[in-house]
Amino acid sequence: MKKNNFLVLMMLLLLSVVLVACNFGGEEETTDDSGTTTDTDTTTDDSSGGDKELNLVVASEPPSLHPQLATDTTSSTIMSSTHEGLMTLKNGEPVPGVAESYKMSDDQLTYTFTLRDAKWSNGEPVTAEDFAYAWEFALNPANASEYATILYAIKGAEAYNLGTTTSFDEVGVKVIDSKTLEVTLESPTPYFLELTAFKTLYPIHKATAEANPKWYTEADTYVGNGAFVLSQWQHAGSLTLEKNPEYWDADNVKLTKVNIEMVESETTQMTKFESGEIDFLGTNYGKISLDAIERLQSEESLNIVDYSGIYWYKFNTTDDVMKNANIRKALTLAIDRAGLIKNVTKGEEEPALGMVPNGVEGFGDDAGFFKDADYEGAKAALDAGLKELGLSDPSELNLKLSFNTSDAHAVIAQYIQEGWNKNLGINVTLENAEWQVYLDKLSSLDYQIGRLGWIADYNDAYSFLEMYNSADNGNNDTGWSNEEYTNLLKQSTTETDPAARLDLLKKAEEIIIAEFPVAPIYYYTNLYVVKDYVTGMEPDNLGNINLKDVDVTK
Amino acid sequence: MLQYIVKRLVYILLALFLIITATFFLMRLAPGSPFASERDFPPQIEEQLNAKYGLDNPWYIQYKDYLIDSVTFDFGESMKYKGRSTNDIIAESFPISLTLGMQAMLIAIGFGILLGVISALYHNKAPDYVSTIIAVLGISVPSFILAGLLQYYLAYEFKIFPVSGWKGYVYSILPSLAIAFTHMGFISKLTRSSMLEQNNSEYVKMARAKGLSKWKVVFKHSLRNALLPVVTYLGPLAAGVITGSFIIEQIFAIPGLGRHFVTSITNRDYTVIMGTTVFYSIILLFAVFIVDILYSIIDPRIKLKGAKKS
Repeated sequence: MKKNNFLVLMMLLLLSVVLVACNFGGEEETTDDSGTTTDTDTTTDDSSGGDKELNLVVASEPPSLHPQLATDTTSSTIMSSTHEGLMTLKNGEPVPGVAESYKMSDDQLTYTFTLRDAKWSNGEPVTAEDFAYAWEFALNPANASEYATILYAIKGAEAYNLGTTTSFDEVGVKVIDSKTLEVTLESPTPYFLELTAFKTLYPIHKATAEANPKWYTEADTYVGNGAFVLSQWQHAGSLTLEKNPEYWDADNVKLTKVNIEMVESETTQMTKFESGEIDFLGTNYGKISLDAIERLQSEESLNIVDYSGIYWYKFNTTDDVMKNANIRKALTLAIDRAGLIKNVTKGEEEPALGMVPNGVEGFGDDAGFFKDADYEGAKAALDAGLKELGLSDPSELNLKLSFNTSDAHAVIAQYIQEGWNKNLGINVTLENAEWQVYLDKLSSLDYQIGRLGWIADYNDAYSFLEMYNSADNGNNDTGWSNEEYTNLLKQSTTETDPAARLDLLKKAEEIIIAEFPVAPIYYYTNLYVVKDYVTGMEPDNLGNINLKDVDVTK
Repeated sequence: MLQYIVKRLVYILLALFLIITATFFLMRLAPGSPFASERDFPPQIEEQLNAKYGLDNPWYIQYKDYLIDSVTFDFGESMKYKGRSTNDIIAESFPISLTLGMQAMLIAIGFGILLGVISALYHNKAPDYVSTIIAVLGISVPSFILAGLLQYYLAYEFKIFPVSGWKGYVYSILPSLAIAFTHMGFISKLTRSSMLEQNNSEYVKMARAKGLSKWKVVFKHSLRNALLPVVTYLGPLAAGVITGSFIIEQIFAIPGLGRHFVTSITNRDYTVIMGTTVFYSIILLFAVFIVDILYSIIDPRIKLKGAKKS
């Protein structure tokens, strides 16, 4: 009898622990439940006006929803709905956002923005002061904003950010009155208006940010000025955006609610789409996994659009072998890009035969600077290169191809490795490293050939060419520099005539492509699937989707 | 008994110190920086970042800081998730993993012991084969495959459960099953073999000879003795299960603690690595400790070292 009692006691103990545990999680659930009940309430309330919900996924918890501290695409994807800059992008073109209008001086150096009567989600007006405050925050070295460099187009911004000047008065941002902002630039920047739509230039509510430095970490304290408000944020779990009634253009916002779940596994994302739990899948709301592409294509449900990004292999030009331009040329020419796209990546990407994607204005019509899979040319270049290195046979070359650990990069590297080996007789070993380690290796030039991708922050050729303007540029990673190239780029920043500027950039592209510090592989495309009842949801050239324009008709 | 407990507590502190030290140095020896990013920023900004997180100090100062952080259990701000403290991250995600883990443990222990007892009672008969097959399947099918299958059939094909997420009780069923299945198999095998051993012992034969029924003997006499190996297994199991499983949390998109163990390392998010490691170590060490104490309660024959009177 005693033993039995003991067993019962043990079971009770275990059960109570479990119940306590369940209750613990249950608290979270009840808050969720109450959330859903209020939702259903609003559903019934709004049913006359039509309740429109959109369900989406993102790949991870956004690391920072502070416009000036964010560096990643997940965060900027969310913030593109909760915030709005002076301008905003519509189909890739800047259109007035918070700014009602702007005036540009004749020398293209001064922009004067007039703000409309926009409001923050807490009801207070959006002022020029809020913009100046946010930009000061980004540039202030104490805040260590990793994206501050994007503001360097503004006069004096670089010096202030690097600590050489300490007064923000010397930066070309001037608050004329609460509705007028005057910005002076370092040099004419044709893409400046596009920049004002970028996350680092979003305003933040000064009073909120000053009162609570961590305002951006929880939904309760979050204040935005975008079409949607962040109404719920279960960290690492889900986010809910609700239509912002204070938004100046609220009448044209069709969705009432957007549920965003954080799902890392691409397989799970796909299953959720197919079971109808989400309405859209594709960059930046999730990603279509490589193995689903073929099936979706055969079902004709896959949509493919241009994306201003390039996948390339960088060459370390300070390496004993890779410093030889002929070897680099041989490697670049001997890549079968069309084959790679058809057999491996399968996303209808475009073979990259230049440095600037076709989606960038003025660069769509070039036929490329070299031929894809040009084995004849590659062999000739290889022979010349070997002679210069004092080698007699290609098999004496042992190269190391590095990439960050990922299946997608591995299969591409294997394909190219095989091509180089078969067509040129070069031995290539593959090496992968974790992302944080890999980035370190690239920037310290501790590699021979390394893969990277580059997605434009603003849709301009300068975004793809600027990083090679000197060997010291932190994004160069190849050690390559060329005086003529540097000069051409410098000229392009002061050139006020758009056509002449385009010519300069094209010339620069020609120079860099003749020396092959990088081997362009392909220009990205954006793949997505969307349910029939969703309209207006198509990523632009930069991969942005404006949820403001999206509608759901069930 | 008290002396024994005090002694064990001292060992636990010692083990924690060693774990913190090893983690700190391994973390620093591993290449890669928490601030490496695809888009480069000026060195001045990197200096600011290093200064903000104390990474510009010499290693012994940083080591000292980490020791102090561990003692006060305040690890500071995450380097990846801006403005979020490591403590908040643990405090938010642990209850979720705990709920899931407890549910999984309940399933694993309940069904595991049941299957094991059935196997042993019907030794070499059909029920034994059936439950052995289930147990072996459980041990050999990896949890991520099972998770994928459950997700595909029960959530996608038959739409009984949601595919992923964490918004209520119904969301926890599939992941609990996926976690529990392997452990269930293991527990059932453990129970079966030790039950068989007990069944051949004198006291069980005696009890049967007295005319007690099969099941009565099990619950009154043999099960308690047979459970000892299971209890040994429970300590590490509990620690492992309640702190979350990376793969299951990834597949079912559960905002639990398990994911942070792995992602913090790939992100080189030093503060979160340290926080989660110390937290996990404490739970593991205490789980093992509690199991050791449970031994003496379940089987009075086991005398704990240093225990003079119990």
